[in-house]
Amino acid sequence: MATNILETLYTSPAGRAVARRAGLADPPRLRRGRQLPTGHVALATLPGGGVGAEVLRLLDITPIEPRVDIPENRSTDDRGRSIPPAYEQRPGALVVDATGIREIAQLELLRQVLRPVMRGLERSGRIILLATDASALDGLEAKAVAQAIDGINRTIGKELQGGSTSNLLYLTDGAVADDVVSSVSFLLEGRSAYVDGQAWRVAPRKDGDDTADGYDRATPFSGRIVVVTGAARGIGAAIARTFARDGAAVVGVDMPASGEGLSAVANEVGGSALQLDITSPDAGRRIAEHVTAVHGAESRIWAIVHNAGILRDKMLSNMDEKRWGSVLEVNLAAEIGINAALLDTGLPGGLDDAARIVGIASTSGVAGNKGQTNYAASKAGVMGLVWAMADELADRPVTVNAVAPGFIETDMTASIPFLSREVFRRTNSMQQGGQPVDVAETIVHLCDPASGGINGQVIRVCGQNLVGA
Amino acid sequence: MELRNAVVVGGNRTPFTKTGGKFAAASAQDLLTSALDGLVSRFGLAGEQLGQVTAGAVLKHTRDFNLTREAVLGSALSPHTPTSDVAMACGTGLEAIATVANKIRLGQIDNGIAGGTDSASDAPIVVSEALRRSMLQASRARTVLDRIMAFASLTPGDLMPVPPTVNEARTGLSMGESQALTTKKWGITREAQDELTLASHQNLANAWDRGFFDDLVTGYLGVTRDTILRPDTTLEKLAKLKPVFGRGDDATMTAGNSTALSDGAAVVLLAEEEWARNHGWPVLARIVDTQLAAADYVTGAEDLLLAPTRAIPVLLQRNGLSLDDFDFIEIHEAFASTALATIKALEKNGVGVVDRSKLNVNGSSLAAGHPFAATGARIVASLAKMLAEKGPGSRGLVSICTAGGQGATAILEAI
Repeated sequence: MATNILETLYTSPAGRAVARRAGLADPPRLRRGRQLPTGHVALATLPGGGVGAEVLRLLDITPIEPRVDIPENRSTDDRGRSIPPAYEQRPGALVVDATGIREIAQLELLRQVLRPVMRGLERSGRIILLATDASALDGLEAKAVAQAIDGINRTIGKELQGGSTSNLLYLTDGAVADDVVSSVSFLLEGRSAYVDGQAWRVAPRKDGDDTADGYDRATPFSGRIVVVTGAARGIGAAIARTFARDGAAVVGVDMPASGEGLSAVANEVGGSALQLDITSPDAGRRIAEHVTAVHGAESRIWAIVHNAGILRDKMLSNMDEKRWGSVLEVNLAAEIGINAALLDTGLPGGLDDAARIVGIASTSGVAGNKGQTNYAASKAGVMGLVWAMADELADRPVTVNAVAPGFIETDMTASIPFLSREVFRRTNSMQQGGQPVDVAETIVHLCDPASGGINGQVIRVCGQNLVGA
Repeated sequence: MELRNAVVVGGNRTPFTKTGGKFAAASAQDLLTSALDGLVSRFGLAGEQLGQVTAGAVLKHTRDFNLTREAVLGSALSPHTPTSDVAMACGTGLEAIATVANKIRLGQIDNGIAGGTDSASDAPIVVSEALRRSMLQASRARTVLDRIMAFASLTPGDLMPVPPTVNEARTGLSMGESQALTTKKWGITREAQDELTLASHQNLANAWDRGFFDDLVTGYLGVTRDTILRPDTTLEKLAKLKPVFGRGDDATMTAGNSTALSDGAAVVLLAEEEWARNHGWPVLARIVDTQLAAADYVTGAEDLLLAPTRAIPVLLQRNGLSLDDFDFIEIHEAFASTALATIKALEKNGVGVVDRSKLNVNGSSLAAGHPFAATGARIVASLAKMLAEKGPGSRGLVSICTAGGQGATAILEAI
């Protein structure tokens, strides 16, 4: 009750005024959805680069020249201080193509193009760094430099204000613009609102992954079936809605007891509902049967999102086998069982030859969290599963990835006591909790037919949460 | 003319609750809309136009004159899906299914939904006949004085609302009182009634526990299971209940072995067999045949709720079947003694013997509840699933007694 009064006071106009004076400014309102920045996109092609220009050309974006912070470009203000060159209008994004950077001395080139935008981006602006992955480089210095760029990325993510983000794409050997374009599009648009300070690898698409040929970028899932577990509410419902927005036929799965919410979500998105306990041994087969019953005998699943998860928090000193087991069963074991069943290429209604699998990890799995040994085990397990499956399925055009949400505003996090909740939601670079749609957008991006180059990756959707970063 | 096959593709219902429970604020239309939406989502039919939706309710407000149409408009189905209402008391659901199935068999439609809904919580309460006549007279009046005079003859008692009853119009007896006569006449013991009641609860509880209803029920208003169900009831507990119908030693009918007034709705998705197969839809069972019958209960010559025993022999003879040819027999448990008297009457009339191991194996109305018009679709959806699980050639018989001394019956067969 006391926390309710506190929360009421804190969120009242007077309370907000006091909080602002105390340094708790209102968090920036984030640009979301399939919306590009309003300002220009600047492109800095550093020596040896080129893929960045090609990517923007594929996206029909005409970039402007970057401002470069070298002494001769600086000016002096009235008090005689040297100030970096400024853009005439605040740019919406800066793409830095650092794929050719190999030497420590060349990192200075990043500083030169980054400094002018650090206070000069529009709100919800974007910095996108492109670099060559260490695995594609020879020489100690080049490999060290590749990692150094991530240090820059993570730091500018923290220094940027106004809802702007910085993220880094590592291109592995042979990756070309066509492989990177879906991630750059995702990062430029509002879809990546709550993804900050992250880096992921983009590889050449696997043989047979020609799934993006001739598709419409606005509705990439047109004619494709996507299965989402735990779809009755919260993040799962947002995932279903986001897939439907982008053209997918959604099959929502949830516990029979959650059928009411599930049915409403399914009907809202023009999809279908399957009431199923995902821990039952025949869960995979029943998903496949449902798919053929609703979509016809010839239909196959394009993507499955293993979103269903439960919490049974207790300090380990109080944790019994029931809480332990049920969390691991639902959050990890069920996913393995369902994947195994659906990956059978002979199963009608199973995963298509080329397909996408996405699991949900968690910052708790990355960093651990008090009272969540069972949950952290299951979520770290999901990451291990993703890495192992990506290896195992090397010869099949199936990608396996995960997202790791941080503090997301859901019914689940609303049950955290107010003060702790306010601390959790503030301790990240965006100074606010994420929305379910932010997690959904990242998942949908990973499942995009054009995202075949992203495999075995875990992308955090945490606003660059301090925990486990 | 070659008749086509009408098959059951699947079904959906709300959980059933005791009247005045969690669904107390929901109307029959709300319940039907919910049942429809659950079915729509199960088969991905949002925005689709179906051949027809036919349903009904026993307790209908005057505003419910277009009940099914309003429910469909409130559902995720295409507004181009036509509807009709049917009414046959507790046989409403099965008669709705017969209507849609027959149209499918005749080739008039390829698919449709049939079912029923009832809320005894939201039952219409009407004004007295005298007040009603006065109000109509007043509405015709041309002067203020005439309007006032229209009410002049009313007594205070006429102003009392008339609560709903399930009394038979021609005998004045309630359903329970009528059945008490049948119970006595056929010598149905308290023990036999309680045993059947216990079996109903145990069978339904087992069905829920093994997930049988996972694809047959969608939760509503936070209710996810039938609330009348008592998984832990025992013969001892049932034996302690006081009789509520009948008199003296003949009073054997209790609140336990009679169905409770309930709220809920149920629907089934029907389609022409080839059409269903071409769309990948499950083909659970075909509607082989249906038959109605009516009993002369007003004179006392026959029992109010045993009319199905007149329909069943007709149905069996027309299809060249005997009771031994069925794998499952579903006799609606209006009261435990109704189902038991039906079985006795079938035996006595030489129709055949009901193998009790085939009777209501996943529970019936005593445990699930009986929202009057919803019972037909509840039984048909469950039976079709049971037949599909049993395999091709398995058969099921449905028997539902209704107010007004009528009965509705059907044969289903897995193909």
